[in-house]
Amino acid sequence: MHFLPEFVLIAMALLFFFLSLGQYPSNTLRRIALAGAFLATAAALAAFDETGVYFFNAYSIEPFSQVFKLLLCLGFAFVIAMSPGLLGVKERLNAEYYFFLFLSILGLVLLASAAEFLTLILSLEISSFSIYVIIPFRRKGKGYRGQMEATLKYIMFGALATGLTLYGVSYVYGLTHTTYLHELVQIVPGMIVHEPLLVVGFTLIFCGIFFKLALFPMHFWAPDVYQGAANETSTFVATMPKVGATILLLRLVTLLDHVPSVLTIIISILAVSSMTLGNLSALVQKDVKRLLAYSSIAHAGYLMVGIAAGSHQGMVAAAYYITAYLFLNIACFYVIYHLAPLGNNIGFEEISGLHKRSPVLAATLAVGAVGLAGLPPTAGFMGKLLVFMAAIDKGMYPLVIFAVINAGISAYFYLKLIRAAYTGEVKTDTPIGMTFFSNCLGIVLIVIVLALGMFPKPAIDLFGYAIENAIPLFL
Amino acid sequence: MDYLIYNPLPYPVISLILMLPLLGALVTLAVPDTQGKTASFHKIWGVIVSVVTAIVALPLYNGFDPSTHLYQFAEKRAWIDAFDIHYCVGVDGISLLLVMLTVFIMPVVLLCSFTYIGNRHKEFVFSILLMETFMVGVFVSLNTLLFFIFWEAMLIPMYLLIAVWGGEKRDYAAIKFFLYTLLGSVFLIVALVSIYIKTGTFFIPAIMAHHFDLGYQILIFLAFALAFAIKIPMFPLHTWLPAAHVEAPASGSVILAAVMLKMGGYGFLRFCMPMTPGAFQVFAPAFITISVISIIAGGYLALGQTDMKKLIAYSSVGHMGFVTLGIFVVSAMGLKGAILQMINHGITTGALFVCVGLLYERTHSREIRDNSALGSAMPLFLTFFVIFSLSSFGFPGTNSFVGEFMILIAAFKKNAVLGFSVIPGAILAAAYMLQLTQKMIWADDDGHGHGKNASRKGWDLNVREGVTLSFLAVFVFWIGLYPKPFLAVMDTSVAHLIHQYQQGIALEPQGAAHAVLFSLKSLLGSLI
Repeated sequence: MHFLPEFVLIAMALLFFFLSLGQYPSNTLRRIALAGAFLATAAALAAFDETGVYFFNAYSIEPFSQVFKLLLCLGFAFVIAMSPGLLGVKERLNAEYYFFLFLSILGLVLLASAAEFLTLILSLEISSFSIYVIIPFRRKGKGYRGQMEATLKYIMFGALATGLTLYGVSYVYGLTHTTYLHELVQIVPGMIVHEPLLVVGFTLIFCGIFFKLALFPMHFWAPDVYQGAANETSTFVATMPKVGATILLLRLVTLLDHVPSVLTIIISILAVSSMTLGNLSALVQKDVKRLLAYSSIAHAGYLMVGIAAGSHQGMVAAAYYITAYLFLNIACFYVIYHLAPLGNNIGFEEISGLHKRSPVLAATLAVGAVGLAGLPPTAGFMGKLLVFMAAIDKGMYPLVIFAVINAGISAYFYLKLIRAAYTGEVKTDTPIGMTFFSNCLGIVLIVIVLALGMFPKPAIDLFGYAIENAIPLFL
Repeated sequence: MDYLIYNPLPYPVISLILMLPLLGALVTLAVPDTQGKTASFHKIWGVIVSVVTAIVALPLYNGFDPSTHLYQFAEKRAWIDAFDIHYCVGVDGISLLLVMLTVFIMPVVLLCSFTYIGNRHKEFVFSILLMETFMVGVFVSLNTLLFFIFWEAMLIPMYLLIAVWGGEKRDYAAIKFFLYTLLGSVFLIVALVSIYIKTGTFFIPAIMAHHFDLGYQILIFLAFALAFAIKIPMFPLHTWLPAAHVEAPASGSVILAAVMLKMGGYGFLRFCMPMTPGAFQVFAPAFITISVISIIAGGYLALGQTDMKKLIAYSSVGHMGFVTLGIFVVSAMGLKGAILQMINHGITTGALFVCVGLLYERTHSREIRDNSALGSAMPLFLTFFVIFSLSSFGFPGTNSFVGEFMILIAAFKKNAVLGFSVIPGAILAAAYMLQLTQKMIWADDDGHGHGKNASRKGWDLNVREGVTLSFLAVFVFWIGLYPKPFLAVMDTSVAHLIHQYQQGIALEPQGAAHAVLFSLKSLLGSLI
């Protein structure tokens, strides 16, 4: 019962392994995958109240882990639901594709419960390696080879990031003689004030997390990977690993107790650089996925404002922000996916005049863009508000002022998307195949974004409850 | 101390006023669009919804108790418990008239766009009804967060109104409007959150009771003032206004001029004056100067225009200059004149934009030259136009006279030189409006060969336009000749506001220069 979500995901992965041995129609595979994802979400709900410690204190099931497992499985279900037919992936590789997707989510779910550094890194690697494999799974339509470049960049950068993280863990282990989080939480707050090497160690560990989050300076992979990978792979890469990175960040910030001032400064500088670089670069992009990549770099910056605050309020804000970001990105990628029946990349010409071709897609894109820009009454605004409240509570006015100016700048390119969708002329005659369920999914996404934004209380309470004990104490 | 008088009616009247247009908007989404028909379901439904909302809003005025400054018809519900944020709405003397203006101008907006909007009626009515909810929400919010949400939420529907149904340069104008207003309000959220951290509450009346030290007040005031000054707009932050007003469709211009500009003035009254009175006093001379400059610059800029809509847009800058002048001289007469002038400007300039809109439908040009020599063709229309022009420059007997007169008295009382410097602005208003009227009615030729006696059949007002304009004209004369019902509701709230302001100033021991230096030092200190 405790491991229900993990078992479901392992079972689904094995099922797809066996399915990959044969040749099944893409629709069947998708239905199985969707059923599996919903089953995993139900399992996460069923296992919600479980607590326990397993594998010699390396794996802990507690409110924090269960809440995030639920979020991961729910997001995963939406990611699978929004990509009917896997248009960008070669037909005969669909089963393998789903196999690796489930493995990746399994890795992230294991990460949510990992209570010890090696387990943490192992889960992160399970997740990362699975994504490495599926990025090149893209139809070579018109001799497009961008997915190869994307794979290489992601692997190289990912290897570098993991190397840095392991190096950092080695320092922490060397100084504290333990990798267990529940022991570290007692040693580190006292030691970090007089042991600068510990700060170095944690910064290096953060580098790995920043890679997953696409925060400056580990952001270089993001635009090329988003653009090169298939639309559905980009959706997964844009949303799920970031939730995993946030889980890791929240655990580590709790570990550090009050983030030492030098780390706060580092995080603040990285946040501001990330926001500015992301927003300014996105202003000139013509490819929509690349634009979303730079916008995700900027959003990583806003997220770090909440982490830099370091308080309980800041962590709840960061958790809420990544949830809002998850659904907003799924909404935008959902539109991109449906506009590309051949699995190609989308520019502004395909979005132009979208309100005539499909009102639901245009509305979803508009709500997604408005949410990412941070305008009320969407979840994006509420996320930014919570993050700014946490930061101002700690008196970090310059950081917040930079953030709001960046939010204002970012409005321009999000407005470009809305402008193209609603005021542009129809420039392409590719038919959009929208089924009834696709339209429903769009409306569901709009409702979720607006409801999360207007009635955030359940989400805030849930994350508050989860973060109260982010490091299990095993007392 | 509760600050609120809870809603005595059996139904939540303010929430209903907010919800009805929203529900009406959702219903319009459900019904498919009818291409090209002039009187489609959507337009009629829009008018019905806005009229019903106006009727529902009537008890607000009838049941309003002018003897108390407390917020009436208030509702308070828990919203986000973790931060003690409540959904709290209510009206007082200052916001009541603005709410009534908004709900009564909306049917006018929808009626005047019946034949103006050629396509996409569904989305048009949806945007306008959504705007109504958000605009009323700004005026009734008693929670700073709720206020900010409504303030920002207006941007997207207004952007769509300009960008989809606007004139030739609509793309440029819409983006300019959007980015200008957005960048103004980014600092607003920082200021509001900062106040929350300092006082522990988002509740507006509770924040008013707090005293902040002067350096902090100045920073907060500047953040507020930027957002509100862009919205009003005050010279030199007014450059988005001509673009947006000219390129917007007639109904969009009416919404912009009649309601949206007032939010800036309302913001100064609700936020800057009671919450940061010390800083208000420090900056009042600067803002009075800017107001006078707005009045005169707006007048001169309007005088040189050949585009009718641009002329009226610049005249709005001038009129709002009068409003801010009345606000910043801080006397009962000035404040009441400013609030009344906001209502007057809404009615008058709204009507002028309706007139220009229906002229555009006939001549398809906004140039004065193309719209001249209409004297014999459109006598009924020109009667209304002359009424509204007279009102625009404050002719006695019309509504603007009462407002401007009160503001001028307050300005003279404060400083005779100030009063005299404003007079040219009033004269300029007369100049450009009379010039416009003269060309429109009595010019010899309109540049296309139509002399002043050329008959343009069927150009005069039809029933729908006549109803719209006469509704507005009634208010022009009602407020002009018998302003008592409108002024009476404001008395207690304005007196209370001045009392709060003077209490706030009395707590400031330091001199102005010292305080400004102090705040600059703290600003630099926080950046390093």
